[in-house]
Amino acid sequence: MTKKIKNLNLNFGPQHPAAHGVLRLILELDGEVVEKADPHIGLLHRGTEKLIENKTYMQAVPYFDRLDYVAPMNQEHAFALAIEKILQIDVPIRAQYIRVIFCEIGRILSHILNVTTQALDVGALTPSLWGFEERETLMTFYERVSGSRLHANYFRAGGVHQDLPNGLEEDILKFCDTFPKIINDLENLLTDNRIFKQRNVDIGIVSKEDALDYSFTGVMIRGSGVPWDLRKSQPYDCYNQLDFKIPVGKNGDCYDRYLCRIEEMKESVSIIKQCISKMEKGPVKSSDGKITPPPKKEIKQSMEALIHHFKLFTEGYRVTKDEIYTAVEAPKGEFGVYLISDGSSKPYKCKIRAPGFSHLQSMDYLIKGHMLADVPAVLGSMDIVFGEVDR
Amino acid sequence: MKSLEDLEKKINSELTTKIKKTEIKHKQLYIDIDKDDFIDVTLFIKTNQDTKFRQLIDITVVDYLEKSQRFQLVYLFLSHEFNQRIILKYSINENEIIPSLTNIFPAANWMEREVFDMYGVSFKDHPDLRRILTDYGFEGHPLRKDFPLTGHSEVRYSEEQKKVISEPVKLEQNFRNFDYESPWKGTKYIKEEIENNDKKN
Repeated sequence: MTKKIKNLNLNFGPQHPAAHGVLRLILELDGEVVEKADPHIGLLHRGTEKLIENKTYMQAVPYFDRLDYVAPMNQEHAFALAIEKILQIDVPIRAQYIRVIFCEIGRILSHILNVTTQALDVGALTPSLWGFEERETLMTFYERVSGSRLHANYFRAGGVHQDLPNGLEEDILKFCDTFPKIINDLENLLTDNRIFKQRNVDIGIVSKEDALDYSFTGVMIRGSGVPWDLRKSQPYDCYNQLDFKIPVGKNGDCYDRYLCRIEEMKESVSIIKQCISKMEKGPVKSSDGKITPPPKKEIKQSMEALIHHFKLFTEGYRVTKDEIYTAVEAPKGEFGVYLISDGSSKPYKCKIRAPGFSHLQSMDYLIKGHMLADVPAVLGSMDIVFGEVDR
Repeated sequence: MKSLEDLEKKINSELTTKIKKTEIKHKQLYIDIDKDDFIDVTLFIKTNQDTKFRQLIDITVVDYLEKSQRFQLVYLFLSHEFNQRIILKYSINENEIIPSLTNIFPAANWMEREVFDMYGVSFKDHPDLRRILTDYGFEGHPLRKDFPLTGHSEVRYSEEQKKVISEPVKLEQNFRNFDYESPWKGTKYIKEEIENNDKKN
């Protein structure tokens, strides 16, 4: 007697601890082998682009924090750069260093979260306990400079909102001294760990060609051996004055991507150190009164400052008619802003290019033929955050 | 090509009639084309040895409500080899169906689905053209300029029916869109007007 065997459809998420947010994944299983994966996204869609079209340029900045909420300032950076290029504003050198320091802190924040939760997905609990303590320290740096741990709203077109408070530089340096030891501890737990390797080596292999075809960027393309990093190839702010290396993978599997992230964290620490040693006292935002709000003290005395303040916080500054695409190397890949301004104080269109979006769409191609247990491993190594995928 | 100027020359000389306008600004090459030449131009810049735009970064649409050709499609390409970016654009009418890029760039799949979802632009030969970001059963295309910011319906949990229901939006206060255009044009404006009036008289 012959029996008919049907493929099993499995609904993974949207409430699943290994889905890294609100991902609904419809998996077609043949036994334990995945035949097809159909990600349903959009459960966290908030219409960010529509909202930005209805807000002034300054009011639009906080929406960028809420995209990839584990590395908020990296996104603000892309938006600030877009406006600066259109308006041709020069950013003071101190502001550039501050922005780079906080972008690298964002990179460490994001990579710690990713590496440790990836370990959690394949069964290791301790790394996340150790890693999250460091994230807490980093978030206090965010808080001291901007007033909030996550949604910083700190970068402005033309610089940053305010200078570093007293003592922050020393504390960041202290962190830079202790943090490499924590990375070593994490590596001791994971890099040679037999279980971790069994779950990650040769899983979710991406070839160079496919990485290009599927629009992979960031660690996803570097893990496959393509040395491509926007900080090096299209440097913005002061990255061209800094000395750092781009770690590149060999096999393009989940394990190589993990190694890349670990190395990148070490590089970030070195970048932060260089920035602090090179940084000198000076202004932290553009001196153009039409863009930068005047200091509170001046408002009491100067009529012009009062008018500028009033205009900036009602109408906002105007951006000349233009269009531009700017991209930065966010922790997850190329984060881009395609901005169309029409001469008014609100953007006509602001398309956000999120790296996670194109990474997640390759889920079907990556997971085909793998076992069900590999789904969280592959998903974890893609570094998906739904804030930016769904926008 | 080494520099953007060379690239611009190359594209103009090889594709001559297919290119409507090229422009270099912000260290990027902006190209305007016609809808019918789109696939040819894309294939050329992807495969040619001197261009090698191997990566499609994003697809998006700009909605110009008042123009006769309402939608402008924007494609962003990146060449790793030469470290250059191209922004390719063409305009279409509201109900036109445009060719899909999925056969040339697999990454176009979700990008085109997003464009379809947000703007209602349809693609020919797309393998799986479904909504992607909006809710199941959503109506309308939210990023069109004539779609209200508050949307048309809102969802809530109904205690009587014991399920989530969708009903028309009710707001205590509408979204307030302030007009910041100052009525004051300054002295220069008045002077010009007086001069113009003087000329007329």
